Amino acid sequence: MISCEGHGVCADLVPEWIALDDWGYPLIREGAVPVPLLARVRWAVSNCPALALRLADT
Amino acid sequence: MVVLTGYDPLPGGLRLPRGIVLSEISVLSEPMQRLLFHSGYVEPPSAAAARRTKLPTPVATRGTHENLVRMTAPRLLGGLSPDGEAVDLRTHRAAYAEPPISRRGRGDAAIIDAVEAAGLRGRGGAGFPTARKMRTVAGAARPPVVLANGTEGEPASGKDAVLLSRLPHLVIDGALWAAAAVGADRVVIAVDRSNGVAAEAVAHALAERERHEPSAVAIEVSWTPPRYVAGEESALVQFVNKGVAKPTVGAGRPFQRGIDGRPTLVQNVETLAHVAQIAAWGPDWFRLDGTAGEAGTALYTVTGAVTRPGIVEAPMGATTMEILAMAGGPSVPLQAALVGGFFGAWVPTEALWRSHTRAGLEPYGASPGCGVIVALPAGACGLSETARLVAWYSAQSAGQCGPCVHGLADLAAGCTDLAHGGGPGLVEQLRRWGSMIEGRGGCHHPDGAVRLLRSAFAVFADDVAAHSAGRPCRASASVPFIYVPDAAHGWR
Repeated sequence: MISCEGHGVCADLVPEWIALDDWGYPLIREGAVPVPLLARVRWAVSNCPALALRLADT
Repeated sequence: MVVLTGYDPLPGGLRLPRGIVLSEISVLSEPMQRLLFHSGYVEPPSAAAARRTKLPTPVATRGTHENLVRMTAPRLLGGLSPDGEAVDLRTHRAAYAEPPISRRGRGDAAIIDAVEAAGLRGRGGAGFPTARKMRTVAGAARPPVVLANGTEGEPASGKDAVLLSRLPHLVIDGALWAAAAVGADRVVIAVDRSNGVAAEAVAHALAERERHEPSAVAIEVSWTPPRYVAGEESALVQFVNKGVAKPTVGAGRPFQRGIDGRPTLVQNVETLAHVAQIAAWGPDWFRLDGTAGEAGTALYTVTGAVTRPGIVEAPMGATTMEILAMAGGPSVPLQAALVGGFFGAWVPTEALWRSHTRAGLEPYGASPGCGVIVALPAGACGLSETARLVAWYSAQSAGQCGPCVHGLADLAAGCTDLAHGGGPGLVEQLRRWGSMIEGRGGCHHPDGAVRLLRSAFAVFADDVAAHSAGRPCRASASVPFIYVPDAAHGWR
């Protein structure tokens, strides 16, 4: 299961990388997060109310 | 009837019972029976229907060397008992030797090699090479488990029910051969508990074995709830482990971490029946039927506007029309066929003369899937049928992922609007939503709805234009053609 509840915090914090679909669930761009965005992406991960967001090393 | 070239006798004087085309359907689940016996449909007279009443001529003739298709005899259905009962253990053993005893954690590469040489691919829907799956699981560090998937959640399919209820020992033998191949000491057979006939036959078959043929391998049955998603691999594993038949993500795929955290070989029950026959008679025998690229036979559930709806067995490479012919052929002029079931796609009538294989159906974005073919009569409204199928998808969502829950609900509502007429921009909106939910959700359940909808837009393009212009087919107001079961069941 995906624990996202569609709060939309992530898209508010990193609009360059995360958009919301018509129902408020995140559409995350594919590929590696650009370095300049990393700090805010980490911020979004730790501020997700549902703890549904993860940053993965590849 | 079916015209196929190159009939060959079976090798080595092997004698199978004569072929039976199964047209009695008492073994099928209640929803299946209602699908088959659906008689409420009345073809409405309309100009559009009249235009479509002439079937196109075949695009190619059969039987050149390049696309030679061979069929010897029905191999699975040929073993059915003519009295309509399940084949008992004694009768089964007269034709098939007992599978070898599985050595825990030590697979038997010779069995996997035979399955590979046979070229067997999974018959549950995805068509993955069976030997490759076996090899992955056999090479794992921990002793694996074999999970025979007989849930058959696809509403329009009945072939697994036939195997479980009529040839349970062939399926169980296949599971034991698979267990020996990968070194499993545990076999779980998953059966939809709403299918009473199949459940009873499997329980009886296991009791027979307990009495006469105690196995070193633990064989148990998992009675699954009648939900479509319950048959998805990870959902099935979670049901066996925890009693909840919902898909999981992030827990590792079943072949890595499945039942009890052990690597689990999940195989459809028809695939296992073929494994038992390959083990008994060898890969060369298996390759006698079918084509060079796709070997063997497959079971098909043929329903809709055909004369004798039921389960038939055809060689790989047979055209869709040949398979329809085995079910008595079209009973009225057709406008399209649903192939692969609810989790499939619509194909136009011109596709019916192509081989019913992944390669043959690929240009239409379709695949044989689990072998379902529903023939849609010329007078039905494809968009109305599609709308009801998309609504079924929405109702079958496990409710775990937002895009699946909300996306499918909106998609279903939009499709219903389109079926009744639709307005400006609706089709574009549906296409946009389709792209938006594609590939999302833990088990990718929405992908099936998106594929189905895209195929509907392509095959029923004239209807899409007419409906969008506020001129829905007359059939859209009449009784629907395809029976859609309700989803009023729990997940435990």
